[in-house]
Amino acid sequence: MNINFTLISQALAFSTFIWFTVKFVWPPLLRAIEERQKTIADGLAAGERGRHELELASQRSSDILKEAKQQASEIILQAEKRASEIVDEAKNTAKEEGDRIIAGAKAEISHEVFSAKEAIRQHASNLALAGAEKILRREVDAKAHADLLASIEEDLK
Amino acid sequence: MAADKELTPTSYIDHHLTHYTVQVNEGAFWTLHLDTLVTSIILGIIGMGFVWLIVRKATPGVPSKRQAFVELLIEFIDNEVKNTFHGNRHVFVAPTALTIFVWVLLMNTMDIMPIDISATIIEGAFGVDYWKIVPTTDVNTTFALALSIWFLMIFFSVKVKGLGGWMHELFCTPFGKNPLLWILNLLFNFIEYVSKPLSHSLRLFGNIYAGEIIFLLIGMWAATGVAGAFFGAILGAGWAIFHILIVTLQAFIFMMLAVVYISMAHESH
Repeated sequence: MNINFTLISQALAFSTFIWFTVKFVWPPLLRAIEERQKTIADGLAAGERGRHELELASQRSSDILKEAKQQASEIILQAEKRASEIVDEAKNTAKEEGDRIIAGAKAEISHEVFSAKEAIRQHASNLALAGAEKILRREVDAKAHADLLASIEEDLK
Repeated sequence: MAADKELTPTSYIDHHLTHYTVQVNEGAFWTLHLDTLVTSIILGIIGMGFVWLIVRKATPGVPSKRQAFVELLIEFIDNEVKNTFHGNRHVFVAPTALTIFVWVLLMNTMDIMPIDISATIIEGAFGVDYWKIVPTTDVNTTFALALSIWFLMIFFSVKVKGLGGWMHELFCTPFGKNPLLWILNLLFNFIEYVSKPLSHSLRLFGNIYAGEIIFLLIGMWAATGVAGAFFGAILGAGWAIFHILIVTLQAFIFMMLAVVYISMAHESH
């Protein structure tokens, strides 16, 4: 156990090795490790982001679905309303049309009745006149019977 | 093993604890333990080179098995440093901790190598008689590391707090600003500054050196006969397995202490 020049030479060797490690060994590996750590961190962040986006998307899709359902039910409701409206309208139209037809028919009927009456009246008055003529041919007293004829004619009108 | 020497327990242990020395200059200080230096540099090149080769091709995508292993190592050390050091650790402290851990771990692990087999191989291959293969059983290595950390500690103290701040810390902590306490504070800090590198280096050295001695004693027992060889092998295997824990733990402790010392230098009181 004696201290000698070996100490100095070993110290030189030691410092050389330290220099070598500081210069050539440590930085590249540190760089690689840090880069990998960054990659991993990025990957994790991307995964987290993806999960978040998925959550958002599913929320959005359920929202859209809900909205669509609501719209569909609204549309159905409107359609039903519209259908009943159409039915009502149709009913009204039909009723109007019927009324109109009925009124026309009635008018025609009354017209027919009127003309029939007129015809009958004409006929009856003709008959009556013919009858009266026959009667009058036997005993004509136009003067005596003029009032009668006139009242008959008045009645027949 | 030297053939001209008689094999006794003393000569066996002595032989295994002798360094391969080179005299670079006159005087006892200018001796160089070439075995320590060469082994440690080879181990450092293997360790840091391995890490470098993998890191060079590091990809931020899916890592290969080897890259995953290195990342595991680096993240483990980075976490330890992060818990202790509150600053930009990537500039210096964390890479330094990595260097210390890998290098010291490899140097310690040489302890598990079968001493006599490795010695025989080295002797056969290079004709070198004395070659200690565990650099951390050389107190020069542990002191070199601990003193380097010590200088770094002082360097960062001055760099972070300024020379005045550091002086203020030396004179005014831990007891107080009172001028009467200056000497006491300085003495206290002096003891702290001396004890830090001492305990830092001697802890590592002591643990690994003691482990080496126990391997040697087990090896000595194995030389006594068949029964000795049998039980020596079992004990040696057991101690080696236990030693895996020790070498890792000591490397970790050495690294953590270095980080703690440098962190303390960054924090002002």
